[in-house]
Amino acid sequence: MNGYDPVLLSRILTGLTLTVHIIYATIGVGVPLMIAIAQWVGIRKNDMHYILLARRWTRGFVITVAVGVVTGTAIGLQLSLLWPNFMQLAGQVISLPLFMETFAFFFEAIFLGIYLYTWDRFGNQKKHLLLLIPVAIGASASAMFITMVNAFMNTPQGFEFKNGELVNIDPIAAMFNPAMPTKVAHVLATAYMTSAFVLASIAAWHLWKGNRHIYHRKALHLMMKTAFIFSVASVLIGDLSGKFLAEYQPEKLAAAEWHFETSSHAPLVLFGMLTEDGEVKYAIKIPYALSILAHNHPGAVVTGLNEFPEDERPPLYIHYFFDVMVTIGVFLTVVAAAYWLGSIFRWKWTAKKWFFGLLVAGGPLAMVAIQAGWYLAEIGRQPWILRGYMKTAEGATSSAHVDTMLVLFCLLYMVLVIASAIVLIRMFRRNPVERELAERANNGEVAP
Amino acid sequence: MTLEVIGISVLWLFLFGYIIVGSIDFGAGFFSAYSHWANKQHILHHIIQRYLSPVWEVTNVFLVFFFVGIVGFFPKTAYYYGSILLVPASISIILLAIRGSYYAFHTYGGTERNWYLIAYGLTGLFIPASLSIVLTISEGGFVEVGASGVTLDYGKLFASPLSWSIVLLSVTSVLYISAVFLTYYADEAKDERARALLRRYALLWSGPTMLSALLIIYQLRYHNPEHYANLWNVAWMLVISFLCFVITVWLLWRQRRFGWAFIALVFQYAFAFYAYGISHYPYLLYPYLTIYDGFTNETMAKALIVAFIAGLLLLIPSLYLLMRLFVFNKAYVKGKWEGGKG
Repeated sequence: MNGYDPVLLSRILTGLTLTVHIIYATIGVGVPLMIAIAQWVGIRKNDMHYILLARRWTRGFVITVAVGVVTGTAIGLQLSLLWPNFMQLAGQVISLPLFMETFAFFFEAIFLGIYLYTWDRFGNQKKHLLLLIPVAIGASASAMFITMVNAFMNTPQGFEFKNGELVNIDPIAAMFNPAMPTKVAHVLATAYMTSAFVLASIAAWHLWKGNRHIYHRKALHLMMKTAFIFSVASVLIGDLSGKFLAEYQPEKLAAAEWHFETSSHAPLVLFGMLTEDGEVKYAIKIPYALSILAHNHPGAVVTGLNEFPEDERPPLYIHYFFDVMVTIGVFLTVVAAAYWLGSIFRWKWTAKKWFFGLLVAGGPLAMVAIQAGWYLAEIGRQPWILRGYMKTAEGATSSAHVDTMLVLFCLLYMVLVIASAIVLIRMFRRNPVERELAERANNGEVAP
Repeated sequence: MTLEVIGISVLWLFLFGYIIVGSIDFGAGFFSAYSHWANKQHILHHIIQRYLSPVWEVTNVFLVFFFVGIVGFFPKTAYYYGSILLVPASISIILLAIRGSYYAFHTYGGTERNWYLIAYGLTGLFIPASLSIVLTISEGGFVEVGASGVTLDYGKLFASPLSWSIVLLSVTSVLYISAVFLTYYADEAKDERARALLRRYALLWSGPTMLSALLIIYQLRYHNPEHYANLWNVAWMLVISFLCFVITVWLLWRQRRFGWAFIALVFQYAFAFYAYGISHYPYLLYPYLTIYDGFTNETMAKALIVAFIAGLLLLIPSLYLLMRLFVFNKAYVKGKWEGGKG
C-alpha cells in the first residue's frame, strides 16, 4: 500500500473522534450545573419560568448526552484500538483514573435516568433537585478523571523507567501530576462557561428575532451572569496554565508563542504569520507580556524553542490555535461584562438588536475556543504521546485497516451530528415555550 | 486467591452483567421491531418502552467497565486485542452508536421513522454477534504474532464453524434472555396479552440456545482440545446450569412464578459463563497471553480493587434506587406516572 501511514491515520481518526466528542462532552459537563442553577432559582423565587427552563434544558440535554455517551464509548475503545502500544505502557500507571471515570459516569447515568422520569413524582421540587446533584457531580468528576489522564500524557510521573520497564509505580502520584491542577480547573471552568454561553445564545436568538417574552429575558440574564463568572475564572486559570507550561512544558509555550531565543523581557506575540525563513510578520507584540504570563515578572527569562532538539519541537502552527482560544476567551469575557454592567446601569446599547446578535454568536464562539484549546494542547504535545517517554509514532497501531475505519467513522459522526441537531431543533420548534406555558397555566401550574 | 484471579473474576462479573442487561435490551429492541412488522405492536410496545426508557444508558456502562477494567488489570490485552480488534470492535462501536443515539432521538426527541425501528431491531442482533467474535478469537488459532505485530486471519475466522456457533448462541441467547425477562415484567404489569406472547417467544427460543451451546462444546473439542479438557473439570457447573435451564422452562410451561423463572435463567447463564471462564483459565488469548504475564503491577492492581470496592459502595445503593423506582416498582410498571417525563 503506497503512502499508507497508520500513524497519521490513527492521529486523524483520534482527532476526529475527540473533536466530535468534546462538543457533547463540554455540554454534558456544564449543562447539568446550569439546569441545577435554574431549578434552584425557580424554587427560591417560586417562579415557574425558571422551573420550566430547567425542564426544557433537560429535554435537550438528554439528546446531547446520548451522542456524548456513544462518542465517549468510541474514544474509550479507540485508545486501545489505535494506540495499543501506548495503552500497554501507560495502562500500567494511569488506568486508575480511567477506571474511576467509568464509575463517575455510571453514577451520573443512573441519576440522570431517575431525574428525567420523576419531575412530578415527588410533588416537591426540592427533592427532585436533590437528584440532579449526583448528575452534576458525576459529570464534573468524569471530566476531572479523564483530564487527569490527559495531564499525565503531558507531565508523566509516578513511575521509574528502567531497562525498558516501568517500576516503582505510584498510581496516586501519576494522577496528581504537575499538569493536573491547571488542566482540570481549566477544563471544568471553560465547560461551565461554554455551556452558559450556549444556553444564553438560545435565549438571545429568540430576543434577536423579536420575541420579547419574559421567559427568554430571564434565561438570558441568568446565563449571562453565570457565563461572566466562569469567563473570569477561565481567564485567571488560563494565566496559571501559562505559568505551568513555562515551568513544566516550556517547548509547548515557546512553540505557541513563536518564542525562539531564550530571553528576558519577552513580548507576547499575538496573531501574525511566519515567513519561510522563520520570521514573524504582521504580529501584535505586547511588551513583557510573555514574561509576565510565564513567570509573573516583566523581566523574567523565558525559555526559547531553540533550546530543544529539533525532533522534539511541537509544530509552529499551534500559535494560531493559541490566538483563536485567547482572542475568543477575552472577547467573550468582555461581552459578558458589558451585558452585566449594562443590566446594572440600564445602558441602552446592551438591549439593542445588534448586541443580541453578538450574544447569539457567543455560544458557537465559545465552542470554537474549546476546540482550539484542545488542538493547542494535543498538537502542542507532539511529537510525544507520553512526553519524554514515548513518541506518538511508537504508540500507534500497525493495522492495515485504519483508512477504512476512518471513512466509516467520518460517516457515523456526520450522521450523529446532523441528526442530533435536527432532533433538537424540531423538538423545540414543535413545542414552543409559549404553548407549553399556556398548557401549564391551564393545568394550574403557572400563572399565564 | 491471587490478585490476578481477583482481577479477572471482577471483570468476568461485569461481562456477565453486560450479557444479561445487554441481552434484555437488545432482545427487547428486536421484539419491538418484529412486533411492529407483524402488526402486534399494540401488544408489546408499552411494556418494552416502559422498561427500556430509564435504564438504557446503564446497559452501555457495563461494557465500558469491562474494557476499561481489562486494560487496567491486564495492560497487555490493549496490545494484543487492541491490535487485532480494530475492525470488529469498530463495527461494534458504530452499531452501538447508531442504536444508542437513535434510541434517545426516538424516545426523547419523538422521531418516528420505520427504518429507524428496523435498524434498532437489527442492531440488537448484530451487536451481540459482532461482540461475540472476541470470545472466538480468544480461543486461539486466528491470530498470528509476527515481526510487524499481531494480526488477525479473517479468512480463517469466517470459515470456522466455531465462530458461527458462538454467533448463533449469542443471538439465540439474546432473544431467550430478553423474552424470559419481559414475560416476567409483563406479568408484574398484569398485561396478560403481552405476557402470553412473550412467554411463547421465550419457550420458542429456549431449545435453540441449548442446542447452540452444545454445538460449541462439541466444536471446542477439535478447535481447542486443552480448553475442552478443562471444561470437563467443571462439568458439575454445567450440570447445575442445565438444571436451572430445566427449571426456567418448566416454570414458563406451567405459567407460574415468572420471577423465579428469570432468576433460574440468571443462574443458568452464570454457571455456564463461569464454567467457560474457569476452564479458559489461565489464558486471556490462547496461547499467547495468560492472566499472569499480562498482569499489571501489584500497586496498580490493589489501587484498582480499592477503587472498585469504593465505586460499588456508591453504585449499589444508586442502582437499588433505580430498580425500586422503575424496574421493580409496581405502580411504575403498570404505567402510572406515564407523564412523569419532564
